[in-house]
Amino acid sequence: MIKKLKNRLSSNSFLIIITILLFLLMYIGGVIIFKDKNFGRMQVFLNLFISNAGLIVAAAGMTVVLISGGIDISVGSVVAMTCMLLAWMMENKGINAVTAVIVVLIVGIVFGFVQGWLISYLKIQPFIVTLAGMFFARGMTAVISVDMITIKNEVFLAMAKSKINLPFGGSVNKRGVLIRPYIYPSVIICILVLIVLFFVMKYTKFGRSIYAVGGNEQSALLMGLNVKKTKIKVYVLNGFLSALAGFVFCLNTTGGFVEQAKGFEMEAIAAAVIGGTLLTGGVGNVIGSLFGVLIKGTIETFITFQGTLSSWWTKIVIAVLLCLFIILQSVLMNLKWNKRKKINQV
Amino acid sequence: MNKIKHIWMKITGFSLFFPLLCLAVVLVINLIRTPDFFRISMNNGVLYGYVIDILNRSSELIILATGMTLVVAASGGTDISVGAVSAVAGAVCIYSLIGGASSDVYRIPYVLALVLGILAGTACGVFNGFLVAKLHIQPMVATLILFTAGRGIAQVLTQGFILYVRKESFKYLGNFLPGIPVPTPIFIAALVVILTILLLKRTSLGLYIQSVGVNRIASRLVGLNSSLIIFLVYVFSGFCAGIAGMIITSRVYSIDANNAGLNIELDAILAVAIGGNSLGGGKFTLIGSVIGAITIQALTTSLYAMKVTADQLPVYKAIVVVIIVAIQSPVVKRWMKAVRHKNALSGNRKKVKA
Repeated sequence: MIKKLKNRLSSNSFLIIITILLFLLMYIGGVIIFKDKNFGRMQVFLNLFISNAGLIVAAAGMTVVLISGGIDISVGSVVAMTCMLLAWMMENKGINAVTAVIVVLIVGIVFGFVQGWLISYLKIQPFIVTLAGMFFARGMTAVISVDMITIKNEVFLAMAKSKINLPFGGSVNKRGVLIRPYIYPSVIICILVLIVLFFVMKYTKFGRSIYAVGGNEQSALLMGLNVKKTKIKVYVLNGFLSALAGFVFCLNTTGGFVEQAKGFEMEAIAAAVIGGTLLTGGVGNVIGSLFGVLIKGTIETFITFQGTLSSWWTKIVIAVLLCLFIILQSVLMNLKWNKRKKINQV
Repeated sequence: MNKIKHIWMKITGFSLFFPLLCLAVVLVINLIRTPDFFRISMNNGVLYGYVIDILNRSSELIILATGMTLVVAASGGTDISVGAVSAVAGAVCIYSLIGGASSDVYRIPYVLALVLGILAGTACGVFNGFLVAKLHIQPMVATLILFTAGRGIAQVLTQGFILYVRKESFKYLGNFLPGIPVPTPIFIAALVVILTILLLKRTSLGLYIQSVGVNRIASRLVGLNSSLIIFLVYVFSGFCAGIAGMIITSRVYSIDANNAGLNIELDAILAVAIGGNSLGGGKFTLIGSVIGAITIQALTTSLYAMKVTADQLPVYKAIVVVIIVAIQSPVVKRWMKAVRHKNALSGNRKKVKA
């Protein structure tokens, strides 16, 4: 029994369990500390999703890329480009909202394909390719428009701001009126993405080959997997998800400007790492990344509820957490390494 | 004929050939578009001109690229925290100099503040090095911590304000020393590069770094202290970031924790890649990285000269970078070799027929 538990603990799910526990701990701590400010309301929890929907989608895509052993730092710029393109198409060209969204998603896919081709067929390091992609997308944002564009398209605004009331978890306010917690459509999109990705990664051939390629490219090749094709698919998928994240992000901000979503990619990577994804590839889970994002959201909520701390403390706390998790990961990896050594000795 | 071919092969085989070619192409395009590109004039006792400007503005990048090259060579990873670290160093320097508000009164001697700033950068390097060398964390993840926290720490010092130092002597480091027509940053960059090269060539440190980069475990078995070397390399990168931070702050005689050295880490990594260094570690050329840094700055300056706005600049930069890196990629190189080989074969056949 203990041995079984030990096996479980030193396996990779341990990292995710710690992340989830940490999130719960922080959240319960918040509920106790900010009791008079109603931290425990359902809406506060849902706001985590509402304000971070784009990041959740981007972090999920990033997780897939990291599992495949690559990295994509162009995500933030692609998000900015998507927002700007959406705003420009709808406001300056009068294209209807649905077409604009479809065009944007296609642009994301093409972008991902080009990056994937450069990475897998020309064998250039992913970091450099996506670095160039990052410059390119950020520059294209400025080429489309240097000024900020605010979206006034009615269909799009309806998508963005139609509240969906939940049937449960309502609270009664001071006047005795029942207020139902609500979410926006963007939350539904991000949850759907998570569910689909979770099953794809766990139960499809494509998902398993991503793990195999990330774990050891050479072995995957020898096993007969098409490494190049898998890698291209991963980057295409991530290009699509980045564009989708941009769309979701745009639902929140309803506008496009050049400096938007700066540092988004690093937040996504941080969320994935906190969620137990190894940057060497082969290990990770999209659910972990979700909790990584939620932890970041909780810290931000803390800071707004607290009121006197400045926004830069978010960065510092995130970095401290990142540090803790990274050290934990390395300790765990060392444990695993020792175990393997023992087996070899036997 | 054969001799020419032989010389040509020798030139193209030279490791700095591609980086130099890239720089030459950028410069020639410039020369065509702006005929007085290479003109240098004296104005108010200082030198002016595109070339001086490129060298001047690329100094920080050269210094950072020097540290980055060693990091890449020894650990096969990148230090993405250098931009944030130089912001920290700048903030420490200015905070210790004038305190938390803009002023023109020094609290401590200027030199001491510079030393403190560089020490702050070095301390960040020690932190990165400890994580990478002792805890065996992937370089990018380890430096991601300071990348995220660095600007936060700098902002804690500046309290989110832009601090100005309104004193003439503070501008010397990033602009001109009185009576000397060449910008000071060029001297500093040259000094850093020359001292580093001397250090690497005169001692066996350069060889050790290559060896560790090629195979960390094998180097350890041979008797090198791999961890120590990787640790030192990161400390050096932090040290370089500290110096670069001093130049950046002195150039604008202020510290803006949010924007000082923003995205410069990406340029530094690009400089290393354009310089022909493999990002996988191992063999490296410092001079290549220096040429890479100058190429990037030349590209930036010439795009500005062609009236491209600062926001649109990245598009062109990205396209050029992709082309340069694609040419140097192993697949394209192998393909070119195959073509060359084929040519040589057909040449031989012609000879046989004749």
